[in-house]
Amino acid sequence: MKKHIIDLRITFADRLHPRYVLIKGTPADGSRLPEMLPGQFAQLKVEGSPETYLRRPISIHDVTSDTVTSTNKGEEVSFLIALAGKGTRQLATLKVGDTLNCIIPLGRGFSMPTTDAPRILLCGGGVGIAPLLLMGRRMKEAGFEPTFLLGGRSAGDILRLSEYEALGKVYVTTEDGSMGEQGFVTQHSLWDNAAFDRIAVCGPMPMMKAVARLAKEKAIDCEVSLENLMACGIGACLCCVEDTKEKGHVCVCKEGPVFNINELKWQI
Amino acid sequence: MADLRTNIAGLQMQNPVMTASGTFGYGIEYADLVDIEKIGGIIVKGTTLQPRQGNAYPRMAETPHGMLNCVGLQNKGVDYFCKNIYPQIKDIDTNMIVNVSGNTPEDYAECAARVNELEKIPAIELNISCPNVKHGGMAFGTTCEGAASVVSAVRKVYDKTLIVKLSPNVTSVSDIALAVQDAGADAVSLINTLMGMAIDAERRKRVLSIGTGGMSGPAVKPVALRMVYEVAHAVKVPVIGLGGISCATDAIEFLLAGASAVQIGTHNFVDPAITVKVAQGINEYLDRHGFASVADIVGTVE
Ligand SMILES: Cc1cc2nc3c(=O)[nH]c(=O)nc-3n(C[C@H](O)[C@H](O)[C@H](O)COP(=O)(O)OP(=O)(O)OC[C@H]3O[C@@H](n4cnc5c(N)ncnc54)[C@H](O)[C@@H]3O)c2cc1C
Ligand SMILES: Cc1cc2nc3c(=O)[nH]c(=O)nc-3n(C[C@H](O)[C@H](O)[C@H](O)COP(=O)(O)O)c2cc1C
Ligand code: FES
Repeated sequence: MKKHIIDLRITFADRLHPRYVLIKGTPADGSRLPEMLPGQFAQLKVEGSPETYLRRPISIHDVTSDTVTSTNKGEEVSFLIALAGKGTRQLATLKVGDTLNCIIPLGRGFSMPTTDAPRILLCGGGVGIAPLLLMGRRMKEAGFEPTFLLGGRSAGDILRLSEYEALGKVYVTTEDGSMGEQGFVTQHSLWDNAAFDRIAVCGPMPMMKAVARLAKEKAIDCEVSLENLMACGIGACLCCVEDTKEKGHVCVCKEGPVFNINELKWQI
Repeated sequence: MADLRTNIAGLQMQNPVMTASGTFGYGIEYADLVDIEKIGGIIVKGTTLQPRQGNAYPRMAETPHGMLNCVGLQNKGVDYFCKNIYPQIKDIDTNMIVNVSGNTPEDYAECAARVNELEKIPAIELNISCPNVKHGGMAFGTTCEGAASVVSAVRKVYDKTLIVKLSPNVTSVSDIALAVQDAGADAVSLINTLMGMAIDAERRKRVLSIGTGGMSGPAVKPVALRMVYEVAHAVKVPVIGLGGISCATDAIEFLLAGASAVQIGTHNFVDPAITVKVAQGINEYLDRHGFASVADIVGTVE
């Protein structure tokens, strides 16, 4: 897929929570957004912060487009960002009308369901729920019903719930029990009679490994979205590698970020 | 419009701006984002005789205005390059240059000999300065004898333009530069990365998998500039300057210090079109100051 460098004009910026921000943008020059697949990501430039020199990789959270007209009116790409450090805090200061430079779309996303394997559980932890919204949207558009299992520390970490609910059935766990069932995603009662053809997971590493272990036990196919540290984001620097069974070190930014757990050398 | 054409020991370039090894893949990775045929030269990933898996993850750490990396020369080996990658890049209409590394002078020579056979590769850059692998790499680049031994071995089997990339992790970079010039180098490039370290205070651990890494990016520019100035005043062969270039002014500073051409590395990650912008910026500078060509300003700093 062709990569683009685009200046986005920010059309929406909202601090959903002290730790999270949702930003939306549209190409500043009025051009159309490129085609983007769920699970792909963008490299966002952080302006005005000498301490954050490199771009920040952020998943494509959602894409809205106006399919009726051929203009870019109403076309927006959104990012859901957790404030982890200097760069993400700087991104959280973007306001409507500001410009955000990004390289988009990057990497290989989640596998879409097929009529033979239609049931996919989209399982997210913390800000890892971000790419699952676009995945759910694309599944629904293709006539498949997504199921979401979203986990967080507390109710405040379960972001944009109504958006997910508009696409499919949503199950929630929180560690403090303030929303949904108490505990981790792997402890949710839905696993008792889980009937899925595949699980797509994105979240903190321990959570992804726990879900991968459960998937293996239950012999369910499983894809995980990795967040290795990146410099270039386009397969040039070889900084972001993950060890794989057949191909050795591969670039997460190019061959991933989504991998089938059978490809990885994870001890699970 | 000034004349940007630049000749480095027989290597004819449309402009003096190249990409640095290990930061631009094989060029094709960036083809969607910048017109790579407008770049003076593309120095591809470090290539070794045998395939290498490189170091374990994590391989990078960001630092103020720069980064550390310990990739460790991951590549699929020179034979894979010749068979699978060369056919994909040979028709790119710019200078495709291979960066060669090894464990022993014989390794370097064997690798160079195989690249010598490739018609569309007009030059190689010998990396005798990689700080991220145990054997070879920087070990050769830190002594005059070691550096000369590699260059002599390669010179015997390689008859196109031979560039030697120098390590900044030495006491006297101009002594090494003189040694490689005497051993037959056609040009020298510097600097490779500076040895550094990052520590995660909360976890009380070193961040990179092998503990140390090579530092690059704008933070290293003053060090690189000083070394390029020193070497350009010591040797007769052309010097290619790099280290921290992120805009046209940075590149012009290297030319003024004595570099005949420049390379851009880490900044490609931030702005994939930086090389073409820098070439345009050099042109504007030459026009503005009434110079006809790049050569007119090389080494003219007072
Ligand atoms: C493919 C990909 C997609 C991503 N998608 C999203 C997303 O949709 N939303 C989102 O909020 N974040 C996402 N991330 C993580 C995000 O890139 C990092 O949180 C961000 O780069 C941190 O930058 P910073 O300057 O704020 O933090 P820094 O000041 O650089 O670091 C602060 C802390 O964050 C940790 N950190 C830094 N980089 C990463 C990383 N790549 N992964 C995990 N932890 C990191 C550091 O170890 C440190 O503890 C994604 C990462 C990748 C690789
Ligand atoms: C991720 C990364 C990988 C690199 N790999 C190589 C390499 O394989 N061979 C080499 O000679 N130099 C390598 N370098 C060094 C660069 O080519 C360059 O010398 C250095 O980064 C300084 O220039 P810069 O500040 O413009 O990046 C690498 C640098 C980086 C950041
Ligand atoms: S981040 Fe550079 S290769 Fe993946």
